[in-house]
Amino acid sequence: MTAETMPRTPLVEMRDIRVAFGGVHAVDGVSIDLYPGEVVALVGGNGAGKTTLIKTLSGAHKCDSGQIFVNGEPVSIDTPRDAKEYAIETIYQTLALAENIDAPGNMFLGRELKTRFRTLDDSAMESAARQVMGRLNPKFKNLKVPVASLSGGQRQSVAIARAVHFNAKILIMDEPTAALGPAETDQVNELVAQLKAEGIGIFLISHDIHDVFDLADRISVMSQGKLVGTVNKADVTKDEVLAMIIMGIPPGQATESDLEQLHD
Amino acid sequence: MTELSTAVPEKVEPPESGGPAGLRSIKRLMQATELDTRLLGMLGALAVIWIGFHIWSGGTFLTPRNLWNLSVQTAAVAIMATGMVLVIVSRNIDLSVGSMLAVVGMAMALFQAEILPDWIGFDHPLTWVLTLLVGLALGAIIGAFQGAIIAYVGVPSFIVTLGGLLVWRGVAWWMASGRTIAPMDSNFQLLGGGSEGTIGGGWSWIVGIAASAGIIALLINNRRQRRRFGFGLRPTWADTAIGVVGVGVVLGAIAYLNRYYLPERLAMRRFEEQGLAFPDGGANISLGLAYPVLIAIVVALVMTFVATRLTFGRYVFAIGGNPEAAELGGIKTRFNTVKTFALMGVLVAIAASVQIARLNAATSGIGQLSELYVIAAAVIGGTSLSGGIGTIPGAVLGALVMQSLQSGMVLVGVDAPLQDIAVGFVLVVAVAIDSYFRKRSST
Repeated sequence: MTAETMPRTPLVEMRDIRVAFGGVHAVDGVSIDLYPGEVVALVGGNGAGKTTLIKTLSGAHKCDSGQIFVNGEPVSIDTPRDAKEYAIETIYQTLALAENIDAPGNMFLGRELKTRFRTLDDSAMESAARQVMGRLNPKFKNLKVPVASLSGGQRQSVAIARAVHFNAKILIMDEPTAALGPAETDQVNELVAQLKAEGIGIFLISHDIHDVFDLADRISVMSQGKLVGTVNKADVTKDEVLAMIIMGIPPGQATESDLEQLHD
Repeated sequence: MTELSTAVPEKVEPPESGGPAGLRSIKRLMQATELDTRLLGMLGALAVIWIGFHIWSGGTFLTPRNLWNLSVQTAAVAIMATGMVLVIVSRNIDLSVGSMLAVVGMAMALFQAEILPDWIGFDHPLTWVLTLLVGLALGAIIGAFQGAIIAYVGVPSFIVTLGGLLVWRGVAWWMASGRTIAPMDSNFQLLGGGSEGTIGGGWSWIVGIAASAGIIALLINNRRQRRRFGFGLRPTWADTAIGVVGVGVVLGAIAYLNRYYLPERLAMRRFEEQGLAFPDGGANISLGLAYPVLIAIVVALVMTFVATRLTFGRYVFAIGGNPEAAELGGIKTRFNTVKTFALMGVLVAIAASVQIARLNAATSGIGQLSELYVIAAAVIGGTSLSGGIGTIPGAVLGALVMQSLQSGMVLVGVDAPLQDIAVGFVLVVAVAIDSYFRKRSST
């Protein structure tokens, strides 16, 4: 943590979060935090517990114990609606789109714009969707077709547009570029930088450190449900982070031989 | 001058590629009018069935009298099919509608024939309203009860409503120990149609004109909305064509149905009741739209509105498309399921009142097998059993297709077992054709 960010209240602080499925501790006493305008990468192998941890913040899962603070206030997040109340928006790895509904319908799913007669205002939603899309993916014009017939990049834009449109303060992106080609990945990375500049705090989840290293300010590494450690990106190399991910070696303790082993 | 001619680029038609010119221009026409091809396909199938039976029956199928009867016979299944669409779209099924119809029908019959007379006397003008309210409430409660077990206990809807199919049929018998309850209140009977239960020729024209005005208003409103946000407008000729065809079909149907006149004996009696002399040349009194048909039309319009214009309907489709996404979007998916089944129950109650009013009696056996006809109507109408896809007008058309087949076969004297074979065959073929085109259009 830099001296500059120390005195401020974190946007989000998750303290000692635990989630168990049956006897398996998917998340076991993990604490992480996020400051405004900061990108925290949450990395770890498959089954490390990244997605489960983040789902307790987005309201998709309840945590068994632990506390969540938003702007220093303790909050309880039981449903996705609760999370959205605190301006926490999530872009899920699965994108969470209803395939049979068009892009504006998906963008506003659960938060539809209504006319004064309480009916759906499809025109207003389409108009808002066109505005957001003009910024995110100007080439994407056929908004009125079901999402099922869109390309991977377009579907990703719909999921991102949904998060961006509602003025997220805290953005969770779960493997946002996993299904994208190089050009589309660059586009998403640009967007992350742009949102960060607007003061939004972003959790970037990935199983691959190469995807997120350049974007991240800090990196939290998880392994087998536990937090291995959180490091400032400026202080570490990719190899040191890899050692944390693969061998679970805490930051600063990796020896030369450990790092060499990585490349065998 | 030369400058001008080069400055204006000539409109170059894209090179014609593949397919006969006729098909391509039809395709272009469809795109410009933005009409639902599946619905048009069904209308085509219906036309084939109607014309086929008309020829086969030696010219009796397409008479005003037969079409009027067809419209009345279709009403109950069509009413329930509109609700079944939403149930199936949300990845559920309701096998209990036939048995529920019997319970609600019995309850309404008992209420108006044996309970209400003790309180307010026979033939009270309020009897039919109170009976209907009791039926609607009971339907909503039974539906919500089954929906709650599905949503909150997590028992699959197939099982819950399969149980309901058995339970409610038994309850319907037990309510009156298997007796037949009759007759119904004289006002209530009108809900079933029959020679009295119609709105007459004049009112039918008024309904037709109101519907035409509605079509035009919708088209104009659509244009206004699109202009408000600067979206591309449908070409004016396309909107005009849709308006002309729509109004033409509505008014043509009314004109044709109005040519079904009251039989002479009944017409004579009507003249007597009013103290008028019966004219020598006979009198043509149009029956006009029957009440059950009017009810079915209103139900279809309301349900279309619910499915496409309200958040409830949007959520039903979202849940059907991706239940997890709906949940993550903050939709109360469980409560939505309860509401869907409660709505189904209300529609069953409406169908039940039409049914017992038409029979002028209720028995515990009414509505038997109607769950299958209702599901078949929805599915023939393009509702996908895997969820997320279906339309209300499609289901109504599906009900009409099924009823047309059955009535037509009765008319030409096909044996009963053969009728079932034909209907079953058509069901499977219709879905096969639909899924073939759906697969092709998605690639």
